[in-house]
Amino acid sequence: MRVIGRSVPRLEDEPLLKGEGRFIDDIRLPGMLEAAFVRSPHAHAAIRGIDKTAALALPGVHAVYSRADLMPHLATEFMAVGLPSASYKQDLNRPALAGDEAVHVGQALAIVVADDRYIAEDAAALVEVDYEPLAAASDCRAALSAGAPTAHRKSPHNLLAEFDMAYGGVDAAFARAAHVFRESLWQHRGGGHSIECRGAVAMHDAPQDKLTLWSSTQMPHAAQRLLCDMLGRDENQVRVITPDVGGGFGPKLVFYPEDVVTALAAILVGRPVKWIEDRLEHFVATTQERDQYWDVEVAVDRDARLLGIRGTMVHDHGAYTARGVNLPYNSAENAPLGYELPAYRMNVKVALTNKVPVTPVRGAGHPQGVFVMERLLDRVAHELKLDRAEVRRRNLVPGEKMPYKTKLKARGGLTIELDSGDFPKCQHEALGLAGWNDFPPRKSAAEREGRHIGIGLANFVKGTGRGPFESVTVRIGPSGKVHVYSGAAAMGQSTKTMLAQVVAEQLGADLGNITVTAGDTGVISMGLGGSNSRQTVMAGASAHAAASKVRDKALKVASHTLEVSHGDLEIEGREIRVKGSDVKLDLGRAARSVAGTAGYSLPAGMAPGLEATEHVVIDAMAYTNGTAVAEVEVDVETGAVRIAKLVLVHDCGRILHPVIVEGQLMGGIAHGIGNALYEWMRYDENAQPITSTLADYLLVTAPAMPPVELGHQESPTPLNALGVKGVGECGVVPIAAAVCSAIEDALSPYNVRITRTPITPADIVELIQNGS
Amino acid sequence: MSASRAISVTVNGARREAEVPVRLTLADFLRHRLELTGTHVGCEHGVCGACTVLVDGRSVRSCLMLAVQANGREITTVEALAPAGGGLHPLQQAFRDHHGLQCGFCTPGVLMTLVEFLSLNESPSEAQVREAISGNLCRCTGYQGIVDAALDAAKRLRA
Amino acid sequence: MKPPRFAYHDPQSLSEALALLGRLDNARLLAGGQSLMPMLNMRLATPDHIIDLNGIADLAFIKVEPEALAVGAMTRQRDVEFDARIRSRCPLMHEAVLQVGHRQTRNRGTLGGSLCHLDPSAELITVAAAMDAVVTAQSKNGSRDVPFAEFPAGLMTPALRPGELVTAVRFPLWREGHGHAFVEFSRRHGDFAIVSAAALLEEAGGKITRASLTLGGIAPAPVRVAEVERMLTGSVPAIELFREAGEACRKLEVMEDVHVTAAYRRQLAAVLSRRALEKAHERVARH
Repeated sequence: MRVIGRSVPRLEDEPLLKGEGRFIDDIRLPGMLEAAFVRSPHAHAAIRGIDKTAALALPGVHAVYSRADLMPHLATEFMAVGLPSASYKQDLNRPALAGDEAVHVGQALAIVVADDRYIAEDAAALVEVDYEPLAAASDCRAALSAGAPTAHRKSPHNLLAEFDMAYGGVDAAFARAAHVFRESLWQHRGGGHSIECRGAVAMHDAPQDKLTLWSSTQMPHAAQRLLCDMLGRDENQVRVITPDVGGGFGPKLVFYPEDVVTALAAILVGRPVKWIEDRLEHFVATTQERDQYWDVEVAVDRDARLLGIRGTMVHDHGAYTARGVNLPYNSAENAPLGYELPAYRMNVKVALTNKVPVTPVRGAGHPQGVFVMERLLDRVAHELKLDRAEVRRRNLVPGEKMPYKTKLKARGGLTIELDSGDFPKCQHEALGLAGWNDFPPRKSAAEREGRHIGIGLANFVKGTGRGPFESVTVRIGPSGKVHVYSGAAAMGQSTKTMLAQVVAEQLGADLGNITVTAGDTGVISMGLGGSNSRQTVMAGASAHAAASKVRDKALKVASHTLEVSHGDLEIEGREIRVKGSDVKLDLGRAARSVAGTAGYSLPAGMAPGLEATEHVVIDAMAYTNGTAVAEVEVDVETGAVRIAKLVLVHDCGRILHPVIVEGQLMGGIAHGIGNALYEWMRYDENAQPITSTLADYLLVTAPAMPPVELGHQESPTPLNALGVKGVGECGVVPIAAAVCSAIEDALSPYNVRITRTPITPADIVELIQNGS
Repeated sequence: MSASRAISVTVNGARREAEVPVRLTLADFLRHRLELTGTHVGCEHGVCGACTVLVDGRSVRSCLMLAVQANGREITTVEALAPAGGGLHPLQQAFRDHHGLQCGFCTPGVLMTLVEFLSLNESPSEAQVREAISGNLCRCTGYQGIVDAALDAAKRLRA
Repeated sequence: MKPPRFAYHDPQSLSEALALLGRLDNARLLAGGQSLMPMLNMRLATPDHIIDLNGIADLAFIKVEPEALAVGAMTRQRDVEFDARIRSRCPLMHEAVLQVGHRQTRNRGTLGGSLCHLDPSAELITVAAAMDAVVTAQSKNGSRDVPFAEFPAGLMTPALRPGELVTAVRFPLWREGHGHAFVEFSRRHGDFAIVSAAALLEEAGGKITRASLTLGGIAPAPVRVAEVERMLTGSVPAIELFREAGEACRKLEVMEDVHVTAAYRRQLAAVLSRRALEKAHERVARH
């Protein structure tokens, strides 16, 4: 391996470091106008009327459009995006603009187009909306009780979906269990809060009726499809391009009302229109994760072996379906993963509330499943007076049993089979790095000094590389440059470098000779984009396959031209060379020789071009795993938690670029710490956001990060030629569980149980006061 | 009282004259009037630090200054870091070597914060670096790459 | 999040600023901008006029006299931070200013701006209360001195009359060798203090001869805990004394809001006041 496995310099870095990135707000087009949206300040209200007169009269305002203005130009009004599921009881899709009802604070009901954003905001404030406030559904559990206000006036109730995930005879398992323990857990995850908010720039070429939308999105092809559906145009008329994206983390994979409305505004106004989301909008108009309430029981035998887990979970869906029920599905599905659990039943109720819709944020429901299992295992250990690591050892799927067929099904119906990995070995390494066995005497010594330290661990398994495919085209041009095009989408996770590495491995190992274009529907017809930690697996697999094909072709051409056998050739830099000699053929010359000359046949048996497009289909997911061990110190007087050290041993299969993998893990860990201690998107009982700025909603800063030690195991997956698994989300997944376990350990003198995330200093003080 | 003012600002060593609305922020002036889009806007309420530039050598959140307040001042943005003849500033090089950036959106703000910091503290400890960038939010990196880059850059700049 | 329209004035002298302030309605003073600009960007403030004080050089100064520190209202927090005289003669202020926001905040933020904004969680107003600062306010009709205890009129509302602006603040200095501590609890470094405690102690003959204890963040204005100061003065410094002082602070009346409960504020009041006193005592110079 010449470039794969090495931490090569990133293709992305130089322009970004010099401030030459081209993010959505950096795009300037001649005649471009700027937009602002009029948004509901009410969580639930009837909209009786919209008066645009004052807004339209403001100098510099070009248009104000509400639903009525857009309807004649919309082939369909609603975004039908929900991932298929038999569990839906209601179809609640987002409209382009709210019509006669607003169902969450921040819902857009009109767009103002003006000379600049300053004027657009002035005008938006002048749009007079006659609201009749209605009762709002706020708490997702209360929303499901009889007589609760419905999030939508026309809905009979707030149950959006319900499903059971079950296998094995769970009630029988509980009936014969030596021990049964129950936990009620509240888990909250908040928003994505990429440092760059959302944005879109739309340009319509009227004579040709071609629309171009630049969008800070993770899924340009899905956006293209929805624009075509909603605007009644075909794929040839709509192009979606992702510029540089300043972080995605999940919420940018969603297609939003602002995207289609900005596009339509550009068409109607006849000039390019730019809309850039500001941070206040991000809090109320971009999807987020929120609350899950779990009520669960675990049954174990007298040796702490799991017999069954059963319970219920209520998930806050928000006011509309902006992605599906995949998030609670992932949570329910993830809880048992990695352990041998003979029986399971989780009833999941997905509740509508008058809040912005919920869709996955980095981790996508898996951290919640892990938290449930790991809290239950800690409970078992505590009650049976066993070491927490030992309880896990007794229940982890052993390495010898891999690949391990579970009794769970992924959302597409495939049985979940854990492809590779050695979970006990991973846990063992993590415990070693963390000094788990040396901790008890350290804890006692600290206690004598009046300090409270604790240690906790959590294991996780997460499906990555969600299929079915990602498209990649590899082409060697007459210039000799290697061009890569993909339906993958970059958002900071080094997609371009990854693709370049995979391709360069086959075609000369010179990353400077590779160009990568990703996230543009105009250069590749199909794509699924960035989510589910999928792109290294899916785009990597297709890039490898396409580059291998192009390599074969190139060697065939060189073999013919240089009159040597295939096996005597290698590709080095921009040349195909005869091994151990100076005889060579430039890649560009090779490309030209199969580009064709009018009237002349191509060389014998050659197909035209040095190009290949691949959509490698892999339906089964590749399961990444890891173990996190956290050491904390708690100031029991203030409740402050300091994470003294964090260890994460991780297995993402074959590592293509060690430094990038570590960067992904560190970023995920930071996010996990945010979920454990800081990030809480709070609403009041009227579904009004309480934390509405970054001063109230706390993101992790540099001093809050602990020293982290990373360890790696590499269990290549048999599911793709490279043996790679995804890593993008994995750092997040075990952190809240490990940190809460450590806090609980630190507070062992106080008989405190941690059953919620985030856990704040004030919560800890209250728990200590109530517990002792 | 007019809604615009004429200002004269030195930006990255070059004198720039413009007539600007009095409410135009410095960040928007740099980005949209001068087309120096390296400085980014992330929150517009003084928390994320993505808009950090130097004003008379001191790091400032440009979203919290009006363009008219920059009249007569010297502004330095990320575009001034790389040497005119090519290559990268040692700080930029260190970021590249230590994977100190992923999406790159917070990066210019972090770089400008570190330029001032390293001019005040040539041999910082890790804790001091973390404190120095405590007003810059990064959602991608978990900060480790940034810290490693800053410590390495400090060494290079001392050499 | 763009500011609304306003008329912009940048007086180049104090008299010009006072003249403007005297005649303009719905005007806001722009100092460092670290509090006002976010409010403008969020359109929580909609003044018709902005009077920018940054052009008035005379308003930025640091003078250390034998008995007092005089600081101009437009003095940057950064300059306070780096002033070696403040560090040695007024270490409480030095310790507090290090916790005000971040470098970018302090490079622009001013002492006067912070004092007039009167955010209950702001470090410098706690220091002003702890040190019995005196605020000089001027209008076009003259100037007056306001003891800091009388300066907060209500939540985030200074007791300034129309047409007045703060030009300077005077901090009477404590004896050389006094002990000081500024202790705050915030969620992240640089965040506003949820609760802060400022302690100053002078000791002689093994006893506390003078004590100042101030709690910030528990009420709309910083609270000088006079009854604890009386308890401490004349007493022998000891762990038990400071613990008792802390428990007395737990009984103070505290605010409750959506972000922080009264119970938690009381806990922090008790803990931080005790820790501040312990630290201040440790720092008293022993002869």
